[in-house]
Amino acid sequence: MAAYFVTGEMFQGKGRAKADMKKKNRGRWRKNTPQRKNTPWNKYLTAGMVMTGIALILGVAGFFWTPYSTTAMSASEKFAAPSLRHLFGTDNFGRDIFSRVMQGLGTTIVISTLVVFFSGLAGILLGAFTGYFGGVLDEVVMRITDALNGFPSILLTLVIISLLGSGRQNVIISMSLVFTPSFVRIVRGEFIRLKDADYIKRARMMGAGKFRILFVHILPNIFSVFWVSVMIGFNNAILAESGMSYLGIGVQPPDASLGNMLSDAQGYLQAAPWYALAPGLTIVWLVLGFSLFSEGIRRRAEGKQ
Amino acid sequence: MKKDFHSKKDFHSKKKLCSFLFTALLAMAVLGGCADSTGESSGDNSSMESQADSQGTGSGQESGGTEEDSSAEESASGEGMSEADPAGQDAAGDMYGGSVVVGIQQDIDSLDPHKATAAGTKEILFNIFEGLVKPDENGNLICAVAEDYTISEDGLVYTFTLRDGVKFHNGNAVTAEDVKYSLERVAGLLDGTPLISTMKTIQAVDIIDEKTVQVTVDSANTELIYSFVAAVIPSGSGEDAGADPIGTGPFSFVSYKPQEGISLAKNPDYWQTGLPYLDSVEFRITGSADTALMELQGGTIDLYAYLTDSQAQALKGSHQVITAPSNVVQALFLNNALEPLNDVRVRQAILYALDKEAVNDFVGGGNGTLISSAMLPTLKDYYVDLNEAYGTTANVEKAKELLADAGFAEGFDLEIAIPAVYEFHMQTGEVVVEQLKAVGINATIKGMEWSTWLDEVYNGCQYAATISGITCDMTPGYLLNRFQTDSSKNFINFTNAEYDEIYVKAQESLDSAEKADYYKQLQKILCDEAGTAFIQVPANMTAISRRLAGYKFYPIYVQDMSTVYIIE
Repeated sequence: MAAYFVTGEMFQGKGRAKADMKKKNRGRWRKNTPQRKNTPWNKYLTAGMVMTGIALILGVAGFFWTPYSTTAMSASEKFAAPSLRHLFGTDNFGRDIFSRVMQGLGTTIVISTLVVFFSGLAGILLGAFTGYFGGVLDEVVMRITDALNGFPSILLTLVIISLLGSGRQNVIISMSLVFTPSFVRIVRGEFIRLKDADYIKRARMMGAGKFRILFVHILPNIFSVFWVSVMIGFNNAILAESGMSYLGIGVQPPDASLGNMLSDAQGYLQAAPWYALAPGLTIVWLVLGFSLFSEGIRRRAEGKQ
Repeated sequence: MKKDFHSKKDFHSKKKLCSFLFTALLAMAVLGGCADSTGESSGDNSSMESQADSQGTGSGQESGGTEEDSSAEESASGEGMSEADPAGQDAAGDMYGGSVVVGIQQDIDSLDPHKATAAGTKEILFNIFEGLVKPDENGNLICAVAEDYTISEDGLVYTFTLRDGVKFHNGNAVTAEDVKYSLERVAGLLDGTPLISTMKTIQAVDIIDEKTVQVTVDSANTELIYSFVAAVIPSGSGEDAGADPIGTGPFSFVSYKPQEGISLAKNPDYWQTGLPYLDSVEFRITGSADTALMELQGGTIDLYAYLTDSQAQALKGSHQVITAPSNVVQALFLNNALEPLNDVRVRQAILYALDKEAVNDFVGGGNGTLISSAMLPTLKDYYVDLNEAYGTTANVEKAKELLADAGFAEGFDLEIAIPAVYEFHMQTGEVVVEQLKAVGINATIKGMEWSTWLDEVYNGCQYAATISGITCDMTPGYLLNRFQTDSSKNFINFTNAEYDEIYVKAQESLDSAEKADYYKQLQKILCDEAGTAFIQVPANMTAISRRLAGYKFYPIYVQDMSTVYIIE
C-alpha cells in the first residue's frame, strides 16, 4: 500500500490516470509481464529482506525453543570451540552460545520494535500537528527536540535510566523518548512540504476536516520517507539496546542479550574469540540487514518516481 | 582452526578469514567504544573489591578511612605467601639501578597518607611512607621508624623507641616531635577529627626524651598495634601532605599526573642499608584489565597485580605469574531482617543450595579458597574451618526440605543486587542464580551502579541479597565486627544477643588464646545462624616481567618495590 501511495500525489483527482496506475501496479506482480522485466532487480531490498528475515526467524524462535537451555551451565564444556554440537561454541560457563544468541536476538528485536513503534507513533502525532499547524506548539515542541538532540543519545538514555532505574521496561521508555525527536523532525518536515500541495488545497476547498487532511490525505504520502527512517531507527535502536546491555543496564544476566554477551566476552578475546564474534557478528548482521532493507525501500521509491 | 597451512591457497583463505574476523572485531570495538570511558567495567576482582570496601567505609560509615586501620597479621601465619625469585640475592653490584613501570588500575584518591582510603592508593603510598611499625611479606609486624616498642601489662601504654638515622625525603632526621605530630593528627587530637578510626582511643602522645615516645590509650585492645603502621610525616606538614608528600620510605615522591600515574625516585638515605635497588619506579594507570594485558605483553609495563584467571593463563609462558590468596572475602550477603530471609531455615536452605566449588571453578579458575566463616583462612590462629557445616557443593534435598519446613516449598523470588562494575561478582551471581533455581528459589540479578549500590545496599540496607567482596585488613576481628547488632557496618541486619556478648568479651580480652577462642565461637554462631553465605577468598594473580627479580608478595594490598631489582 505504501508504495502505491507514493505516486498518489501526481494522480490525485485524475480518475482515469489513477485507474490506469492501479492496473499497472497489479501487473507488476505478475511474472513475465513487460513491466516486470523492465524493473531492475532490487538487490538491496532482497538482501535486506533475507538477512533481517533470518534474524527475525531465529529471534522469534528463540522465545519458544533453543537448542540448549540458555542458562544451564556445564563445567566440562567450558569454552568449547564452535562445532556441530555447539554451532557458535560455548562460553565461560559452558553455556551454548548459539542458544544465547537466539535469546539475545529475540530480546533485542522485541525491544527495538517496541521502541521504534512508540517513538514512531509519538513522532507521527507530534510531527503531524506541529508541521501542519505550526505556531506556538511547533516552536515549543521543536525547541524541546532541539534540546534532546543536543545530548549524545546514549548519554541521554543513561540519564533517563538513572532516573527511572534499570530494567527492560525502563530501557524501552527511555529509548523511546530519545528516539522520538528524529521521527518528529522527519514527519514535521514532510507535513510542511505537503501541507500546501495542490491536492491538499483542493481537499481543503472541498471541506475535508483537519484530521481527515492530516491522517488520510497527507500521512499516507509520507510513508516512503517514514519507512526509511523507521528502518534507520531500527538500526539505531538495535545498537543502542546492545550498547545499554553492554554497559550492564537493560537486560540483566543470566538472561542473554547481545550486548551483555559482548561485554562478558571481552575478557576472553584470546582464549575464546568465538564468544565475542558470535554476538558481534550477529549485531553486524542485523544492522547490515536493516540498512540494506532501508536502502532497498529508498531505491524502490525513487525508481518509481 | 587447528588445521595446518598445507598449501598456499589454503594460507590465503586463512588470511582472508583473518581479515574478515578483524573487520568484525573492529565493528565490535566501535560498538563497544563507549564503554571504555567507564574504565572499570571489565577487570579483575580483588583490587576492585578492596577499593570497593575502602570507599564504602570512607563514604560515611565511619569518620575517616577505616581501611587504614592496620595492615599486619599475626605472626603465626605465613602460609600461601610466595616469593617471586629466591635466586641471586647476593649477586654483584649491578643489581642496582634501572627503572620499572607498574600497572595500576585506578587513579589515586589522595597523596596524604592519612587521608587516602582507596586500597589502590595505599599500595603505592606503601613505598613512600612508613609508620612506627610496618608489615612484612609474611604478615608479621616489623619495626620501621621505631627501633623497638613495649606495651604495658594493662595494654594502655605504648612506648616506642625511635631508630637512629631515619631521614625524611627532604633530608631532615625524624624526631620525636614528628612522631608526636603524626600520631596526634591521625588520632584527631589536633583538630578533633580522627583520620583513622581505631586511633581515636589515643588519649595522649608524650615525648619522654628525643628518642622515646609514649602513647596512652583509653581502652586495651590487642589489635591496636597494627594501627601504628600509620605514616610518620614531618611535624606540621599536614597541610601540604596532599600536594608534596614527604615520608621515610624507600622511594621519594617525584610527580603525579591525574589519570596517568605517579613516579617515584630512589631514597638514597633509606634506613635499610642496601635498599632499594631501583633508581625509579613509575605507577601507571592502565584503565581496564584488558589494556593491562596488552601492555604487559608489549613490555610497556613490567608488573601487574590483579589479573583474571584467563589472563594469567595467557601470560604464563612469557611472565612470572604468582598466585596467592587475596585478603578479600566474597559472600552472598542476605538481608536478615527481610521476609522471607528472616527465617533461619530459609537462610540455611540458601547455604545448602550454594555450590561453592562450582563458583570457584567457573569464576575463579579454581584458584580461590572456599570458606564458610567470617575470617581469612590465613589467620590460622583464629580461623575455624566450617566448610563441613553446609558443604561446599550443593545439597538440593536438604535445601528443599528446609524450604518446605519454612513454608516455602514453592520457592520464592529473590533479587540479588550486585555492583555491575565487578565482573567477578556479576559472574558469581549468574552461577548462584542457577544454583538457587535448582531448589526452587527464583533469583534474579539486579546490576547496580557502584555509587547506587553503596547508597542503597551497603549504607542503606535496602536490598534482599547482594554479592560482593569485603577487603579485610589483618586484624582478626575485622569481619566479625560488622555482625554486631549495633555495628554501623552491619548492613546484613544480623542480630544475635549471644554474638554481641561474646564480641565484647573478645575485644576486652588481653590474652590472645582466649581471644582466639572467642573469635572461633563467633564464627560458629554466625555459621549456625546462617547469617551470611560466605563463598570464597579469591586468589590474587600477579604477573612480573622476567627481567625482574626480588618481588615480594604481601598478604595485604601493597606493592613493595624496594626489594625488586633487574636481572638482564
